[in-house]
Amino acid sequence: MTISIEPQKTNNESLQPKGWLRYFSFSLDHKVIGIQYLVCGFLFYLIGGTLASAIRIELASPMSDFMPRDVYNQVLTLHGTIMIFLWIVPVVNGAFGNYLIPFYVGARDMAFPRLNAVAFWLIPPSGLMLVASYFVDGAAQAGWTAYPPLSITTPHSGQIIWILSVLLLGGSSIFGGINFIATIIKLRRPGLKLMQLPMYCWAMLGTSLLVVLSTPVLAGTLILLSFDIIANTGFFNPVLGGNVVVYQHLFWFYSHPAVYIMVLPAFGLVSEILPVHARKPLFGYTTMVFSIMGIVVLGLVVWAHHMFTSGTPPWMRLFFTIATAFIAVPTGIKFFNWVATLWGGKISINSAILFSCGFIINFVFGGITGVALAQVPFDIHVHDTYFVVAHFHYIVYGGTVFIIFSSIYHWFPKVTGKMLNEKLGILHFIVTFIGFNLCFAPQHWLGLNGMPRRVAEYDPQFQFVNQISSLGALLMAISTIPFLINVFLSVRNGKDAGDNPWNALTPEWLTSSPPPVENWEGEAPLVEEPYGYGKEISEQK
Amino acid sequence: MLNKNIYLILIISLVFAISFWVGFNVNLLPAEASINAPIYDELFKILFIIGLIIFIGMTIAVIYSLFKFRKRNDQIGDGIALEGNLSLEIVWTIIPSIIVLLIGLYSYNIYDRMGGMKELNHNHEMMSSNTEKIWAGISQTSDNEIAINNLSIEVSAMQFAFLFNYPKGNFISGELHVPVDQKVSMKMESKDVIHAFWVPEFRIKQDIIPGQPTILNFTPTKVGKYPIICAELCGPYHGGMRASIIVEEESDYNEWFNKNKKTEVNL
Repeated sequence: MTISIEPQKTNNESLQPKGWLRYFSFSLDHKVIGIQYLVCGFLFYLIGGTLASAIRIELASPMSDFMPRDVYNQVLTLHGTIMIFLWIVPVVNGAFGNYLIPFYVGARDMAFPRLNAVAFWLIPPSGLMLVASYFVDGAAQAGWTAYPPLSITTPHSGQIIWILSVLLLGGSSIFGGINFIATIIKLRRPGLKLMQLPMYCWAMLGTSLLVVLSTPVLAGTLILLSFDIIANTGFFNPVLGGNVVVYQHLFWFYSHPAVYIMVLPAFGLVSEILPVHARKPLFGYTTMVFSIMGIVVLGLVVWAHHMFTSGTPPWMRLFFTIATAFIAVPTGIKFFNWVATLWGGKISINSAILFSCGFIINFVFGGITGVALAQVPFDIHVHDTYFVVAHFHYIVYGGTVFIIFSSIYHWFPKVTGKMLNEKLGILHFIVTFIGFNLCFAPQHWLGLNGMPRRVAEYDPQFQFVNQISSLGALLMAISTIPFLINVFLSVRNGKDAGDNPWNALTPEWLTSSPPPVENWEGEAPLVEEPYGYGKEISEQK
Repeated sequence: MLNKNIYLILIISLVFAISFWVGFNVNLLPAEASINAPIYDELFKILFIIGLIIFIGMTIAVIYSLFKFRKRNDQIGDGIALEGNLSLEIVWTIIPSIIVLLIGLYSYNIYDRMGGMKELNHNHEMMSSNTEKIWAGISQTSDNEIAINNLSIEVSAMQFAFLFNYPKGNFISGELHVPVDQKVSMKMESKDVIHAFWVPEFRIKQDIIPGQPTILNFTPTKVGKYPIICAELCGPYHGGMRASIIVEEESDYNEWFNKNKKTEVNL
């Protein structure tokens, strides 16, 4: 039984700023908060991308000659932390989740609007604090994994600020997760069944379960680590009898599910985008739901595959190999279903569909190397090498970031009422796709042949391949230029989009673009078939 | 219809043929210099071929759909209202499950052949007299084999170097010298943070974790000089933390060993 609760509105709504100023306010409107997440995340993406460029410049030559070695370690630590905690997680969860979920469940706002605003406003200060730690006494330099004892022995101030910042970001993530679960379960419009929800709701439900179950473990671990650093306790410090492998278990108990926190929402978003542009129903809705939940369950029991070289016992290696490899099954189902969604459609070739198809190709590649990495004997050679770097960039960049761009092209008309320029969009796709593959595909070979990750210097025999990779990184940096030009031009002078330029059937399109504060002028529409393409459309409208 | 099936079969066989050809003819790996290496490369080849088949197949399917089912200018309306196909979905659940299971069993077999599944007996008198717990790296052997092997070497890892102690000769070396075709048994300890011992040509890697002395065994099969690389971030000079392993004929090794041996040990 679903109870529709009218979301609480602030009593002094007239005091809330109007126009662009509301994006800098403690707004309770889920649409404003979604855009706040997206723009804030994108600004951090530009910072993280600048750091990535610095890494690739350093690696264009075999000597450590571009920046001091300890600064290099700070740069790679900040790059990883920013891209994960300030760009991908907040954007695929916070930005699109906040904007879309209330529409999808037929609500006027999220279940807890104030908590929602708090969750967002934790992000800018903790992000700025993280970046600013570089200027205080040097940022953290133990990698985004912060393995002790290295994280205990490197300069303390940077590491402590890093821990504080990740704790706040984790808190923000948990607040968001609770909010999504409550909204999807309790705020559905009367008459709307769970199995009628758009797929992104299921993806966010699964993701939020992972967030709520695993993020507190990370928080506890980092608090213990900070005790080791500040108060000389011995939880993880081997000199005082602590055990460093326990930290790795606790850390990966969160950080492996974190991968699914980054990709499951992308799976949801692509499931919304493909049917609209292919003009076909989403293939295999029920199996898609079950495979999301299968990934959630399996995702919680695979963490030790990050530790195959850490002296784990043989039985554990065997168990985590099998569990990890089996994630390929529900994930594979989703990919087959997406291709089947395209098959026999009437596909409009535009930037959104191109980025989505780029995602499928990149992610399949990253998934295949992932199944290989799950095999203990395979992993032992390439663990902690550039092979792994290449693998996870295929997942998080080639996968999730491609879907973030695809989603921006898809929902830009919804948010602004203006179309993005397709020519610039396709240019953006081509340069990103070529640059990305040029940057990361050669890194597989580097890892197989003896280049470890997180190094500022390397064997000169790898110079040529590293330069190809750096060239790819340059193209990736350039590719943001047409995108930014496109967004700035289209916000002001873009072609008018109308309310529903794609003739989509999901509920967010069944209102004006941009939508009113209350989401719908009247009652929320009951959308029983969000993917009913090819049927009597008049019935839906 | 028959025509269409023939094309499909042709394309599938072509994908298989290309994948097998590439898998057998494109070498992405460094030289093989230990008994682990050929076993590893066998696994790599199989995974590479299966991966190529899936990747090329999926890429063709996506690009073909984009091309074949693109919306022409004169077209209006939607695609077919196909919401699923149970038998098709069962097929692509079961087939990947079988493939994944077979790969898992096969890699278990590979791992067993590398010696990874053997339990390390905690027979401590074999490993000096102390009673500390010893962790097992991959490709360990039973303690008895280690005991009769006179090539036990103690590895100390520290920021940012490896040191190799030869207890039988009572000397410490910055280079690891080992004779070819003999099982080497190393006890590895870290003095400060986590390091990792990696020899790409041997296809072995083992973290060296402070507080966890770890045994790592390997058998080199090819004379030569190979890099030892630290693979775990250990500080600013992590990239420079390298050493060399020199695999040589037994006579050369003995000559080197006797030259460095400190005789005071007998006094």
